[in-house]
Amino acid sequence: MGLSGLQIYKLLPKTNCKECGYPTCLAFGMKLAAKQAELSACPYVSEEAKAALEAASAPPIRLVTVGSGEKKVEVGNETVLFRHEKTFYHQPGLFVRLKDTVPLSEFEAVVEQIREYSIERVGIELWVDGIAIENASGDAANFAKYVAAVRAKTERPLVLIASDPVSMASALEQTDGSAPLIYAATTENWNEMAELAAKHKAPLAVRADGDFGVLAELTEQVKGLGLEDIVLDPGIRDPHGSLVALTQLRRLALKSNFRPLGYPIVVFPGEGASSAEDEAIQAAQHIAKYAGIIILDHFDPATIYPLLTLRLNIYTDPQKPIQVSPGLYEISSPQPDSPLLVTTNFSLTYFSVAGEVEGSGKPTWLLVADSEGMSVLTGWAAGKFDAEKIAKSVQQFGVPSKISHKKIVIPGLVSTILGELEEELPGWEILVGPREAIHIPAYLKTWK
Amino acid sequence: MPVTVEIPKEKWTGKVREVTLGATAAAGGTRKKTVTVGGESTLPFLTFEGEMPNPPVVALEVQDAYPDDWSALLKEVWGDTLHDPAAWAQKAEEYGADIIALKLQSAHPEGGNTDAAHAVETVKSVLATTGLPLIIYGPGQPEKDNEVLVAVAEAAQGERIALGNCEEKNYRTIVAAALANDHLVVNKTPIDVNLAKQLNILVNDMRLDLDRMLMDPTTGALGYGLEYSYSVMERLRIAALTGDSMTQQPMICTVGEEAWRAKESKVNEGVPAAWGDWARRSTNWEVITATMLIESGANIVVLRHPDSVKLVKEAIASLRAH
Repeated sequence: MGLSGLQIYKLLPKTNCKECGYPTCLAFGMKLAAKQAELSACPYVSEEAKAALEAASAPPIRLVTVGSGEKKVEVGNETVLFRHEKTFYHQPGLFVRLKDTVPLSEFEAVVEQIREYSIERVGIELWVDGIAIENASGDAANFAKYVAAVRAKTERPLVLIASDPVSMASALEQTDGSAPLIYAATTENWNEMAELAAKHKAPLAVRADGDFGVLAELTEQVKGLGLEDIVLDPGIRDPHGSLVALTQLRRLALKSNFRPLGYPIVVFPGEGASSAEDEAIQAAQHIAKYAGIIILDHFDPATIYPLLTLRLNIYTDPQKPIQVSPGLYEISSPQPDSPLLVTTNFSLTYFSVAGEVEGSGKPTWLLVADSEGMSVLTGWAAGKFDAEKIAKSVQQFGVPSKISHKKIVIPGLVSTILGELEEELPGWEILVGPREAIHIPAYLKTWK
Repeated sequence: MPVTVEIPKEKWTGKVREVTLGATAAAGGTRKKTVTVGGESTLPFLTFEGEMPNPPVVALEVQDAYPDDWSALLKEVWGDTLHDPAAWAQKAEEYGADIIALKLQSAHPEGGNTDAAHAVETVKSVLATTGLPLIIYGPGQPEKDNEVLVAVAEAAQGERIALGNCEEKNYRTIVAAALANDHLVVNKTPIDVNLAKQLNILVNDMRLDLDRMLMDPTTGALGYGLEYSYSVMERLRIAALTGDSMTQQPMICTVGEEAWRAKESKVNEGVPAAWGDWARRSTNWEVITATMLIESGANIVVLRHPDSVKLVKEAIASLRAH
């Protein structure tokens, strides 16, 4: 465990064939040491070296794929406990659970709603990842019918929930090749469930309530049958217990490099919740700490939208704020005599400003300067959004050729650059706008 | 055979300071109860490896001027009480708040520009209708903050009110008023570990004891910078537990103010259908912001909607129960 890149390199073929996707064997060795690559990417590694490297080369939390196609869900492969230490990589999949006991037409209607649900935030499209179908009827043929009904409506990733391997087998006949998550193998049925997972090349959830020892034994047994794509359910449903369990599981994987529990985790926030609102709170907790698959019992846009927003927030790379392209943006078809505002290209800043301008209904030119993704004040403090940069952007994006006046509105937070900007843009009138985006519509009403 | 699993535990060496808001008659004040926050020697709710003696608590925000710019949803639920800070505070206590966060908004020069005498009257009336401890904020304009907070501190001597905000450019007068009249202060800094630490040092240099300071690392609402607050607070809390003395103040977050400023909570005109039901969405916005920050280390969250108080208190209870 914990071999250095150089130690790993000594065990590699040293041919620099590049077939692993890295330029040299040393580079590949470094990636393996950083747990960002898998040894199987090397076609020429010897069996001997493989055995020696296996323990050190796998990521501490295995990357597991649920579903197939462009909306498949990839979870796991996390490397830190706190996002500020680096970043969280694979955001948890959000699934909605439906039972095979609701009337089929109602069931199909909800599936359609989930399929059609889509919302854009800071230029990124967000959606519900997939659907979990529970064999609440206990009837195998009925379960298969409902699973087939979902498959007829959507290609989205699925989670199949049944304790009876017979039911699971009949449902899997309807989903071949689409790698649904099989939920779940337990001490009673693991052998049959594992065989089904192997046969259908599907990931398998393993459940042992409240006992990591039993859970680890199960994953080892399942692994013994050749399965690698495992998802854990530690079976704890109260918020305190689940926070503790998921923290301990992530620590075991990352700090102790404990392989038997180095897998993503599935959670059911609704099962320990006292209300739909409480389910939302618990789902939020699990987005931050530390679920891979979250199965909700309610499909309510008023909850889904905040949860998708939270997931976007928590899984934003702290070192790389989301940026928009610098340029001159046209909002509501501006004319040459429309107002001109300037702001930064930090996505949150841009979308707050653009949203307010749009909401005001006033046709406006919005000049977005390249602040390297920093917000107004941070950009100003770092010299990335100063008078020089704004003046440069005015020329770079051909502002004078598009507008007939020489007036530019700067954010109220950087009113101190007014004098400098007057020097940088001779002949221009520099106007100081509001400090907060929310006051832009009122400001634009008074603009002349 | 079940596998033997050894759980890795953190051995933290530091802990968060305990800070008590409010003073009862026995301690020279008039509060019916006091609230103590902080004291934990572990990350939020991870009690398998440390103590969390005092739960996070919930404050409700009260203003002394009718909050005309508030969301219609808030105006509806609070009704006429919004015109009377004393009645509003009383109602907030009934809704289950642990603390009243009173903002002396009417003193703002661009608003009512009311004077120190008016602020004192307001505070006295609120102290009379609620037995809860108080946090009192000035209007957020440096000169007026100093003017009204000094007067209020004197008038409410001995009540152990938290006075805010102390900011890097404006803390001396407020700290002096807290020192002279046995109050606490709220140190506010813009989302940065080192700035937070620095202000605690500056205020402590004025001889204000560390058990009389809260820190506000600045709140970003869900979708509006939440992740920055979340990570800065996790870093501050880890620093505190690692033994960095000047980061060990309990943390306060102005969740209601930020969450209800978000377009998602504030308005319902012309928004996409995919945003869902307005009332439920707004509650989720405030409650998820609050619980996320509590899980990253907040000791006090200041909220605006009564429903949020109930939900956040239930969440805190279930995060502590075991």
